[in-house]
Amino acid sequence: MAFAKPQATLRSATGIPTGRLAVWWLLASEVVIFGGVLGSYLMHRLGHPEWAEAASHTNTWIGAFNTLVLLTSSFTAVLAHQAAEKGDGKKAAGFLVLTMGGALTFLCVKSYEWTVEILEGFTIQSNTFWSFYYTAAGLHALHVIAGAIIMGIVAADAYRGRELQRVELIGIYWHFVDVVWIFLFPLLYIAK
Amino acid sequence: MLLEQASTYAASIDNVILIVGVLVGFWFFAAEGMFFWLIWRFREKPGVKAEYLEGHEPHVKKWITWPHGLVLVCDVIIIVAAVQVWYNVKQRLPEADSTIRIIGQQWAWTFQHPGPDNELDTADDIFTVDDLHVEVDRTYVFRLESRDVLHSFSVPVFRIKQDAIPGRAIMGWFEATQTGEYDIQCVEICGIGHGVMAARIHIEDAQAHADWIQSAAAGTAQ
Amino acid sequence: MAHTATATEHHHDAHHAHDHHGPTGILKYIWSTDHKMIAMQYLFTGMAMGLIGAYMAYVFRMQTAFPGVNVPGYGQVSPGEYNALITNHGSIMIFWVAMPVLIAAFGNYLIPLMIGADDMVFPRINRLSYQIFLISALILIASFFVQGGGFGGAWTSYPPLSAVAEYNQTNLGSSLWLLAVALEFVAFLLGGINFITTLMNSRAPGMKAYDIPLVCWMIVIASILFMLSVGPLIAGAVMLLFDQTLGTGFYDPARGGDPVLWQHLFWFFGHPEVYVVLLPAIGITIEIIATFARKKVFGYKMMLYTSVATGVLSFFVWAHHQFIAGIDPRMANVFTITTLLISVPIAELCFVIIATLYGGSIRLTTPMLWALAFMAEFLIGGVTGIFLGASGADIYFHDTYFVLAHFHYTFFPIAIIGTFAAFTYWFPKMFGKMMNETLGKIHFWGTIIPFNLIFIPLFVLGMGGEHRRIYNYEHFPDLASDGFFMMRQIATIALLVMLVFQLVFFFNCFISWRKGEKAGKNPWKANTLEWTTESPPPHGNWPEGLPNVYRGPYEYAHPDRKDDYWPQDQPV
Repeated sequence: MAFAKPQATLRSATGIPTGRLAVWWLLASEVVIFGGVLGSYLMHRLGHPEWAEAASHTNTWIGAFNTLVLLTSSFTAVLAHQAAEKGDGKKAAGFLVLTMGGALTFLCVKSYEWTVEILEGFTIQSNTFWSFYYTAAGLHALHVIAGAIIMGIVAADAYRGRELQRVELIGIYWHFVDVVWIFLFPLLYIAK
Repeated sequence: MLLEQASTYAASIDNVILIVGVLVGFWFFAAEGMFFWLIWRFREKPGVKAEYLEGHEPHVKKWITWPHGLVLVCDVIIIVAAVQVWYNVKQRLPEADSTIRIIGQQWAWTFQHPGPDNELDTADDIFTVDDLHVEVDRTYVFRLESRDVLHSFSVPVFRIKQDAIPGRAIMGWFEATQTGEYDIQCVEICGIGHGVMAARIHIEDAQAHADWIQSAAAGTAQ
Repeated sequence: MAHTATATEHHHDAHHAHDHHGPTGILKYIWSTDHKMIAMQYLFTGMAMGLIGAYMAYVFRMQTAFPGVNVPGYGQVSPGEYNALITNHGSIMIFWVAMPVLIAAFGNYLIPLMIGADDMVFPRINRLSYQIFLISALILIASFFVQGGGFGGAWTSYPPLSAVAEYNQTNLGSSLWLLAVALEFVAFLLGGINFITTLMNSRAPGMKAYDIPLVCWMIVIASILFMLSVGPLIAGAVMLLFDQTLGTGFYDPARGGDPVLWQHLFWFFGHPEVYVVLLPAIGITIEIIATFARKKVFGYKMMLYTSVATGVLSFFVWAHHQFIAGIDPRMANVFTITTLLISVPIAELCFVIIATLYGGSIRLTTPMLWALAFMAEFLIGGVTGIFLGASGADIYFHDTYFVLAHFHYTFFPIAIIGTFAAFTYWFPKMFGKMMNETLGKIHFWGTIIPFNLIFIPLFVLGMGGEHRRIYNYEHFPDLASDGFFMMRQIATIALLVMLVFQLVFFFNCFISWRKGEKAGKNPWKANTLEWTTESPPPHGNWPEGLPNVYRGPYEYAHPDRKDDYWPQDQPV
């Protein structure tokens, strides 16, 4: 696409690169979205001790495995950033592909987990605990999918040595997705 | 401009409105007066250049800081007045002479009166639709419920208003001070029929109310 | 100066690239990434939506004043249609008029021009933002034409009414409404990120934080407020959408949900939202007043910090919308205190604007009249809010016409007066022509006088106990008196008069655009950077190179200078 960046994009009055600044503001808006979901969930959960029974049907081991997968993928995202810093686009792209592998693993495990639960009869309509369970984790999964797709585009560019600064940006986003899961896991799985 | 006052606390609510009205009225006229005076006083005149003021020179800044402090004082007065009335009307629940149940549904009000034995949820309770009968000078505690969506129970002459929420019973109270017949409005939009969800409150003296209870109870028994 | 030199070279490259490969013909306008073009798109879409919103107001005001009348241009209004009209009038005027015009249109137009940049930092995200916004507007309009009609659960959309099709009887209409609102939020999140990063990073060399024109600050503070308050409502909207379509029970008390949760999520956004649109309007007003009073703004930093304080405080006042909604009565006391405290910064903003007039040399041009009218009318909206923030008085006033008149006295000055102020002030810059002053003044008085005649009777009706959102007052004996109906009719007729006078505005726009006298670079002798380039500014804004900044934006009537203005880009 024939598009030339305006000078505005290249300026940096704060000293922080514009892309990084934008990602941080994006994350600020994401934080309040997830804050809204989790805040609502917590208020309800405190008012309904009986939800512990419903929560006991979640599979902590699967949740823990997925936590591990995401943490590992965050690590590869850091390695991709380091490679990009050194200007090695091919290596950065490689690590990004590994990170995407982590995302894919996470999603496959999630699909298996949800299939089992739905077959056991725990659907989004079962009760409000399950509604929150599917909504919160679903919203998170959407972020995983979106992150993986953008990562693919960034990796393709990085492989050709273009827009290497974006490797860091997608990395920041990926850490955020990881951190959200770190909140979801204890709230949805461990609290029984 | 306000409606007549037909409950014990109507006057106190009007009083808060009056206090707020006087205070903000003062500010309103002071600010608008100053505003229009400045526009007139400093209109463009040939050969006169505007003054160069930063806004932090003490002799000009005091024109902001002093009113500022005064606004805060007014705020405190209003808060005290409002909270006192709020406590009396909403936060405390007085000893009930009678308890009634008010149920909102799309798009009618059902009123459950305690009946001859003055006990709610007994066999002789009187149910009416869109007509609430109360006796003057008696303290009524109401349990406000809803069968479907949000409604809001409002009697403007009492100055009382309370939302009804499905799944909850919200308590409130009132005591009428004069007889008469007035509007009850639903104040929370509740669907297509919201605009016609009207009811009436009949405030009767002791004799008339006793008569009504009798005739209504007889009607229920038949 | 080396920095500027390289920057200029860069710029020429960019310019050529665009000229040779950019889309042509009509696509040039639709697919443009130029901030000015996107601003125009937002402006005209917002104005078109404003006309739709005004048409709705006309229809339902006719019904309230003359119940059962066959409204010319509409026909009979059914109760369901009435609810849909008031719901969408509110939604449109706030989300599809006030926000796109004040924040997106003027934000897009002014921020790069006022900070001396050639565009926004992310032009393509900017274009995407508008396109999502346009889709959201189309979805909202479409919601009127589906089976069951438009959503009629009020712009606050409280569940269970909004969540259960059986209750609202507009199965598709409610989902489309919700979808449209959610998309609009996404559009403004994207736009907001752009505004914030552009202001932070793309300022002209030499422009320090306190050299930024206040209107840019205000739009950016508003964007930040929006961004930090809308998240919970987006989450809430997802839950509401699931309640509507997937059969969950987030807001269904019978299934462990809670309808009041929505109210908290909604008003946690809804109250800051008031300041999201208020701050840009105040920014516009202060720019215009400074220019036409030839005065430095009375306390730039005071204004800036106060706006931030207002924004922060606005996150702690939301439950004053819910005093009688069944929340814990003790909570009302806390929220009464926070709500009344917000009067302190708001009063300060008003004082600063009034004090700026002191010692000025005031020229009553059309934009100045609009700016002054904003202040005069907004004061009424501001002081009447105190009645509603005081819990004791709110028991009576909640959801009456008093509330309605109050917020129209805030939103009308913000969205309509503020827009006209900005439009008439920057029209010479946008179109290169001066507007006709006589027509402008006729339009001004033809709008302001009827506006007061619409809403002052509504204050009186509200005090008389008339509640909002009622289809037909004939059903309420206490409200059906001739006196009440006369006041409703005065309001409705004033509305008709006001709408007719808007024709003068459109005529003025057209005639000035075709035949107006050439504006030149700086017709108002103003200081800010947008007046240092051609009118209208070409692609890239300053083809000869972007400006540098040497001083603050409000150096009017400086004692050391013969001229009473001192543009920001003039070297000492």
